[in-house]
Amino acid sequence: MNTEISGVIFTYLLTLAIAIPLGIYIARMFGGQKTWLDFMAPLERFIFRFSGVDPKKEMNWKQHMLALLTINSVWLFYAFFCLLFQAHLPLNPDGNPNQTPDLAFNTAISFVVNCNLQDYSGESGVTYFTQHFVIMFLQFVSAATGIAALFILFKAFRDKVTDKLGNFWDFFIKSITRILLPLSVVMAIILAFNGTPTSYKGKDTIITLQGDTVHVSRGPAAAMIAIKHLGTNGGGWFGANSAHPLENPNYLTNTVELVAQTIIPIALVFALGFYLKKKKFAYVMFGVMTVGMLMLLIPTMNAEINGNPAIAKMGISQPTGAMEGKEVRFGPANTAYWNIVTTIISTGSVNSMHDSAMPVSGFMMMMAMMTNCFYGGCGVGILNFYIFIIIAVFISGLMVGRTPEFFGRKIEAREMKIASIIALLHPFIILVGTAVSAYVLVHMPNANWAVKPSAWLNNPSFHGFSEMLYQYTSSAANNGSGFAGLSANNIFWNVSAGFVLLLGRFLPIIGPVAIAGILANKKFTPESAGTLKSDTSTFGIMVFAVILIVAALSFFPALALGPIAEHFSLK
Amino acid sequence: MKTYLLPSIKMTIILLVILAGIYPLAIAGVGKFTPGHGDGETISYKGRVVGYANIGQKFTKDKYFWSRPSAANYQADASAGTNKGPSNPDYLKTVDAAIDTFLKHNPTVTRSQIPAELVTSSGSGLDPDLSPAGAQIQVTRIARVRGISAEQINGIIEATTEEPLLGMFGPAKVNVLKLNVALDELTK
Repeated sequence: MNTEISGVIFTYLLTLAIAIPLGIYIARMFGGQKTWLDFMAPLERFIFRFSGVDPKKEMNWKQHMLALLTINSVWLFYAFFCLLFQAHLPLNPDGNPNQTPDLAFNTAISFVVNCNLQDYSGESGVTYFTQHFVIMFLQFVSAATGIAALFILFKAFRDKVTDKLGNFWDFFIKSITRILLPLSVVMAIILAFNGTPTSYKGKDTIITLQGDTVHVSRGPAAAMIAIKHLGTNGGGWFGANSAHPLENPNYLTNTVELVAQTIIPIALVFALGFYLKKKKFAYVMFGVMTVGMLMLLIPTMNAEINGNPAIAKMGISQPTGAMEGKEVRFGPANTAYWNIVTTIISTGSVNSMHDSAMPVSGFMMMMAMMTNCFYGGCGVGILNFYIFIIIAVFISGLMVGRTPEFFGRKIEAREMKIASIIALLHPFIILVGTAVSAYVLVHMPNANWAVKPSAWLNNPSFHGFSEMLYQYTSSAANNGSGFAGLSANNIFWNVSAGFVLLLGRFLPIIGPVAIAGILANKKFTPESAGTLKSDTSTFGIMVFAVILIVAALSFFPALALGPIAEHFSLK
Repeated sequence: MKTYLLPSIKMTIILLVILAGIYPLAIAGVGKFTPGHGDGETISYKGRVVGYANIGQKFTKDKYFWSRPSAANYQADASAGTNKGPSNPDYLKTVDAAIDTFLKHNPTVTRSQIPAELVTSSGSGLDPDLSPAGAQIQVTRIARVRGISAEQINGIIEATTEEPLLGMFGPAKVNVLKLNVALDELTK
């Protein structure tokens, strides 16, 4: 067990060792200073010229959002139609069929919004063409959208009154050419040398040593698995995602995939500190996020290492912990670490089946997505965190009787309204969605859909309820992992989750950017003795309390019906 | 919105070429130089490809090391886990049945010696590995069926076991297909 825990600690330390320099690099690059990737400049100029945009033209926050929403709409239509007709498009060696309209709707949205919820299985539900030209393409651009949105926030935080917040295209393209693409190339090569396939050959047929005939799905997966993690996307090449032995062949690749999904979100926290020269504030933010992660991680690791009490009762020894849904090469400690990382960071790739995890782990994973801001997804994690900061500033201001201010700007009614709506939206769409699905399950069990509601759940009782709650939590948090026992490929789930995905993505981007844009335009008051300091541990605790109250407690009744009840019934 | 529509479409086109066209082709090019030439690494026995090194396969005969139970029945074009929750009564019955089957084929083994992975399904349904304990527990059975000594088989396990990464990180494991190829080579 010791090598397993040391493996987790090593992975986290390696993550920091890469993320901190990466944060410095991003701050320099974004601040227009010289970096060693400047040789990408001609490629960027070519893209801008080809697209007919001027990357130097400054935009205000509304123009930024218009550009962002326009290009995202283009991707949505493009992806939907490709998936709908994929059987007739090239690069389909396995002869996979078209997606149904409701599945294509769900898949297109899911990848545009960086969620990567997959109601299909990678081996049979998509072709090599759609894997690359839809799925992988969207994994790059949706991550870059998140980072670009965060850069708008960075610009707005500076100490001057302005509505000039840089150029969206500039942020977007540089997120790809200077961050995502170079890192992806390095990572894809590491994966390739460890056994992940890269060639375009279709399925292979072999006769096993024992004499069975088996078809083996392959394909150019390494390129996609790299960006899937770096862009905190999570959609896998194969159905079993990173539990699949070609998608994640050994402990080394597992470490690389874990590090990859964590470095950009953490680097962006440090980048904020370096870029704005508010290092202490970044450390406080990092501290709050790390404490949050540890509070989720430790109970999960403990539960998985100790194994399933119901199996222990049968007299089986579980020296390697709870093994249902897990792979031998990763072990329970590392799998638990993955469970939490992939849910706090909105990646949603899995190296085990979450549905089979212990109830405590299920609770922690859902809680991770319900708070959705401990590190968080590429760019959007900090945007979510920012909402909680605004609320914390406001409440602290009221508590001490001072005007609430953040970075020298007054927080007033309009900003608070936006922040409250965004903070409440998340529990609202999750809980309403779950309530509706539970109602449909009970009152319309035989509705004539591809999968009847009575056949949705793969597990009875409390765990069955958790499957539905998890699905909407994952959709709203744009995470994409699932309690995969849920039969989600039918019109109810495809469509309802599709709308939850859209709401859960774009409002939490527009809200924080709007607040930042409005604040940037307000009078700047330099810090004085009367200012509420935002870079102290007291303020950190305050933000943590707000997250706990607003995000975590709103879900408690639902969680009590699912994982909590299951935990106490499992003895 | 109109101001941004045309640039959006053009930018999408050029990015498709770079990110979905050139990038994976370049990686495929590099992949040619990897051990499996980018097609996946295979294992051969008597000049015939008998499997992929990383992909588990079904072994049900008593003369072979058994793999873990699999929700996908080791069909490598349909990876899947059982997705059964830990408290599901039906699931617990299947685990119980797997224990009984194992004990029937391995009469010298007692319940408390069976490591959990031998009676639970993996996440992918294609897990190629066992823990060293999961292999050792099967030695007596294989020795009896093949008529060879337990020491020889333990030697194979020892030679095939892969230690944690750098000896420090992660679990030790042993590849079932490699074990079984070694067994066949021993008694051919």
